[in-house]
Amino acid sequence: MDGHAGDIGPGFALARDVPDFALLDPALPLDRLRLLAGACVRTDPLRCVQCGLCNYNCPLGLDVRGHARQGRSILEPRCLACGECVRRCPREALGFGARSARQEAP
Amino acid sequence: MTRRHVIIGSGIAGLTAAETLRERDPGASVTLVGAEAHPFYSRPGLAYLLAGALPERQLELRTKEELRALALDRLVDEVTALEPEAHRVRLRRRGVLAYDRLLLATGSAAVAPDFPGATLDGVVQLDGLDDARDLLRRARRARTAVVVGGGATAVELAEGLAARGLTVHYLLRGARYWASVLEPAESQLVEEGLAGQGTELHRHERVVGVEDDRGRVRAVHTSSGAVLPCELVAVAIGVRPRVELARAAGLSVERGIAVDAGLRTSAPDVFAAGDVAELRDPESGAGRCDVLWSSAVAQGRAAACAMLGEAEALDLRPRQNVMRLGGVTTTVVGAVGAGDGAAEDPDLVAIARGDSERWRDRPRGQAFHDRGARFRIRAHVGERTVVGAVVMGDARAARALAHLVRAGTDVSALGAGLRADPEHAVAALVALGEADEQKGASRAARA
Repeated sequence: MDGHAGDIGPGFALARDVPDFALLDPALPLDRLRLLAGACVRTDPLRCVQCGLCNYNCPLGLDVRGHARQGRSILEPRCLACGECVRRCPREALGFGARSARQEAP
Repeated sequence: MTRRHVIIGSGIAGLTAAETLRERDPGASVTLVGAEAHPFYSRPGLAYLLAGALPERQLELRTKEELRALALDRLVDEVTALEPEAHRVRLRRRGVLAYDRLLLATGSAAVAPDFPGATLDGVVQLDGLDDARDLLRRARRARTAVVVGGGATAVELAEGLAARGLTVHYLLRGARYWASVLEPAESQLVEEGLAGQGTELHRHERVVGVEDDRGRVRAVHTSSGAVLPCELVAVAIGVRPRVELARAAGLSVERGIAVDAGLRTSAPDVFAAGDVAELRDPESGAGRCDVLWSSAVAQGRAAACAMLGEAEALDLRPRQNVMRLGGVTTTVVGAVGAGDGAAEDPDLVAIARGDSERWRDRPRGQAFHDRGARFRIRAHVGERTVVGAVVMGDARAARALAHLVRAGTDVSALGAGLRADPEHAVAALVALGEADEQKGASRAARA
């Protein structure tokens, strides 16, 4: 299992990757719950100029910019996957992608 | 003995160098001198401040905690002289500052216009946060603005002022926008975007004079004889590296401060990084300037390592930038040539912010296009690799093609197929780029 984007195959344990699943608002649409289970906001530091539009538009006040600076994915359990940061980023430095190990490595 | 590191310049190259020095040499003394009294901020973000998309405090790059941990001795002062033999700099207010290693990260400054009336109150530029504040203050009272120049900054000025409710006239000296990088159809997409936001484009027009109303701007007179009444004239005709200090100290200076691949200048223990540094191209030997955030970050880091005597190779992969032009997200990466062959852009007298001279390299090979209603994709395919790309309005393609260019992925397996079916060539390249990027991710995951 190579962990290709979009794959939620064997070894991709929901319980492990979404530890706060029970805390999610059950009124969230099913596609967003699925997105949260298998994907996250990923960042591309090469495209980012640290303007801060992502932080400004995050309803939870997460430090998206700090993640983008280091090229880390937003694995913060509180992330709603609302897409505000992705939509507002003027340089397409943010996007939804599979939770792969590459960006999470220190 | 503690080594004394001094950095001149509070832009992203200087800040990145300071952080790298602290990370790798926790006990070192790091002093950063800058003329701006503001907290470290995102200069590219000024465009979004101007447009009203975010408040000023959001531009701050680091939290108070991060700055405390950095333990930086930050001086708001102006360096008046560099004395390389004595290993010291002279400051306007604080006297003399000695260093063991010095980094010049003084950035670049907007070139001032020279048309008659250029010094009138109301002729403005966008270099730093003070300029942005001044522009916002003026925009509140103004009704009409004339924008001149080229590159990303001119468009950001036009978009920002239009977003603030001003009537905006954008004057282009030539037939179209940014002819030294974009192809005609690509320029058109930007121009349509600007027009859609209410900006009025005037082609083959330049400012011949600004009408004076008791020291203030009243109107712009153009080369065709038109008179455009306005309160603001916003100018973005390019930037020049701030080299005065280095030149006066006898350092080797061309357009920028000449540096080798280790960011060393011609003076011992003096390094340069960011917009002010001019790197030699390892192949041609020619000096090349980049005015890119990503280059400044990479050079700030590499210079700090060199200051510590650690060899860390500078990232010399093809340059990439992403800009919002007329509402269209535009990615430029690698060698893309000079638009329709015009190496010079008549709207710019020097390199623009967000531009790289390495983009102008003639792409060897064949160009493939994909033209949708709301996007344009251009990929230059060489013998084995994709050597450059311009992607407008398609985030997926932008990521995939930028990956192929920067990774130097071998695409020769697609070669004959691309030529046989050029209509689908871009789609095939994008698919290959995505697959290759994921393969890389999987390899990293297994490692």
